[in-house]
Amino acid sequence: MTAPLLAVRGVKTYYGKIVALRGVDVDVADGEIVTLIGANGAGKSTLMMTIFGNPRAREGSIVFDGRDITRLPTHEIARLRIAQAPEGRRIFSRMTVLENLQMGAIVAGDADFATDCQKVFKLFPRLEQRLHQRGGTLSGGEQQMLAIARALMARPRLLLLDEPSLGLAPMIVRQIFDAIRELNRVEKLTVFLVEQNAFHALKLAHRGYVMVNGVITMSGTGKELLERPEVKSAYLEGGRQEVEAAP
Amino acid sequence: MAVAAPDTALPHTAARANLAHALKDAAITALISFALLLPLIGFKTVQNMRNELELETRIPLLLAIVAIITAARLFGSLVIEPWRERRALRPHAEDARLTALKTTFANWFTPFAMGFVLVYPLIIMVFFPQGALKWIDNFGIQILIYIMLGWGLNIVVGLAGLLDLGYVAFYAVGSYAYALLAKEFGLSFWILLPLAGILSAFWGVLLGFPVLRLRGDYLAIVTLAFGEIIRLILINWVSFTGGYAGVSGIPRPTLFGIPFNATEQGFAATFGLEFNPIHRTLFLYYVILALGLVTAYVTIRLRQLPVGRAWEALREDEIACRSLGINTTNTKLTAFAMGAMFAGFAGSFFAARQGFISPESFTFLESATILSIVVLGGMGSMIGVAVAAVVMIGGTEIMRELDFLKYIFGNDFDPTQYRMLIFGFAMVLIMIWKPRGLVGTREPSAFYKERRTILGSHVKEGHG
Repeated sequence: MTAPLLAVRGVKTYYGKIVALRGVDVDVADGEIVTLIGANGAGKSTLMMTIFGNPRAREGSIVFDGRDITRLPTHEIARLRIAQAPEGRRIFSRMTVLENLQMGAIVAGDADFATDCQKVFKLFPRLEQRLHQRGGTLSGGEQQMLAIARALMARPRLLLLDEPSLGLAPMIVRQIFDAIRELNRVEKLTVFLVEQNAFHALKLAHRGYVMVNGVITMSGTGKELLERPEVKSAYLEGGRQEVEAAP
Repeated sequence: MAVAAPDTALPHTAARANLAHALKDAAITALISFALLLPLIGFKTVQNMRNELELETRIPLLLAIVAIITAARLFGSLVIEPWRERRALRPHAEDARLTALKTTFANWFTPFAMGFVLVYPLIIMVFFPQGALKWIDNFGIQILIYIMLGWGLNIVVGLAGLLDLGYVAFYAVGSYAYALLAKEFGLSFWILLPLAGILSAFWGVLLGFPVLRLRGDYLAIVTLAFGEIIRLILINWVSFTGGYAGVSGIPRPTLFGIPFNATEQGFAATFGLEFNPIHRTLFLYYVILALGLVTAYVTIRLRQLPVGRAWEALREDEIACRSLGINTTNTKLTAFAMGAMFAGFAGSFFAARQGFISPESFTFLESATILSIVVLGGMGSMIGVAVAAVVMIGGTEIMRELDFLKYIFGNDFDPTQYRMLIFGFAMVLIMIWKPRGLVGTREPSAFYKERRTILGSHVKEGHG
């Protein structure tokens, strides 16, 4: 097997003295959609932010495309073409949709800006209609589309998505997940997806990881995980005791 | 009749309830103001002939002031409040004609203002030849300096969102750079102008480094301290800066080496004109106007470049910026450097215009004035900042001119003493009326193809 595009090895992250990740191993191979599911406060978003160097991993290593990025500053990690649609979207609310996209294209440069714009508009036609509207005046679903589109403008090799379905109507969630699937199929884009919406995420992903209290407790293909009784009861039907008892 | 009765009765009882409420409200106001003002206005200590303090009462004055406050309150709750409620109830759809008028105004305001500042000195000279010097200098040049400072600080505060309370420090650096270098080395204004800008930019970066991790209140405190440090150095390093005495006899700027004086080589003699001090004033006016326009042009251009966009994005969300590959350290430093550079230009112009500078000119009050110009104008808006500068600085100057008030309030009355009071009041009013400043909407810096996409159907709120 060739080396994975992203390899997270034994990463431990702390917020001050509070431990958030207790030694996490995650692999994302080129062209894959990998999802990470888990309950609130399990450390999913922390892992995503740690990959971006904010907060920094105190132990362990993160290797992207054969290069150790554990100690790189955030903006240099972004320049390696890792893009992120972060938790809470973090779009620039006083700037227009177009300006937000321009900000996303900083890594890629201005040369192919127009063609890249056309690409994301094909994916999210709504954004083209709202081109000169301020980001803050968009609806929640449109803001999420903008966050993803902004990340895509960097022409990423790896796209990190943090809970793109959060607070959105089921129809919009389906639109967004369809877009991710399309990107992966057509552009061979590698996606690492953090989700609480386990059912949709596991159906979409090639492989998945389950995180509980800062450790990975299970991994496997999306289908395998969907059929595991622990996953079913904890993330698909409500209860969570069994999974927490599992390790 | 039976149907009509409730219709007439209802507003009647409502009005009566309203009146009762207003009276009660006014009574409470009277009580509170009486209690508050009794010690403040009701009593006064005076020295008698034997140098003893005596308590004197001023009950009539106290009652008069309480009566005024109560009446104002009553007026407010009986007249202004119902009016505002009625206005709020009115359908909000804006008159199409009014919208069109607003658009026309917005489109024509800038060219008109530009034309006006270009011909302003000429208008003054034709219509008010008597006080022309004063009107061009005190109003024109003074206001333009503050517009330029406001635009400079606008880069730091308005665009990059870094609250800087010590901006005057860079203004001081620019001033002293010009004053000292011109006196010591006899270099000309046009060489020292960029030099002063570079020096100030250097100090901007120097201040930038320690405050990179700070934001908001913490940043404000450190920059405030920095402004004071610079001022204290200017006061205490007497051998270098002259301390409180300042620097005097600063060389005046020349027109390509032609000085503005009454000598044979002077401007007037060279061009065969009669010597008139207004020549220099006119020259200075157009110099600062040009400097201001350069500031505006550079800022507008920068906003369309990645660095300017990065400033604005930084104001919005620093973490998002970093994860998009922006080096926030460099972005902040360039913002500080750019802002400081324009302050440096303005400072060296100030020194050249005054011919004398001292630490007095660079107090915290100046920083506060410039900052309030930026905030009042609407953070990030160039036009708003310019209008705010005209109002604030022009307002101060106007107050010096209100001599007729002396006939009303007596000869001891000095309207400028009430400047801060009036400004405070005006600022509170503007912040209630327009919390985002005079021009509160941000002008986008980028357009795709043409602006055709901005159509009614596209601007409506999203639903999804």
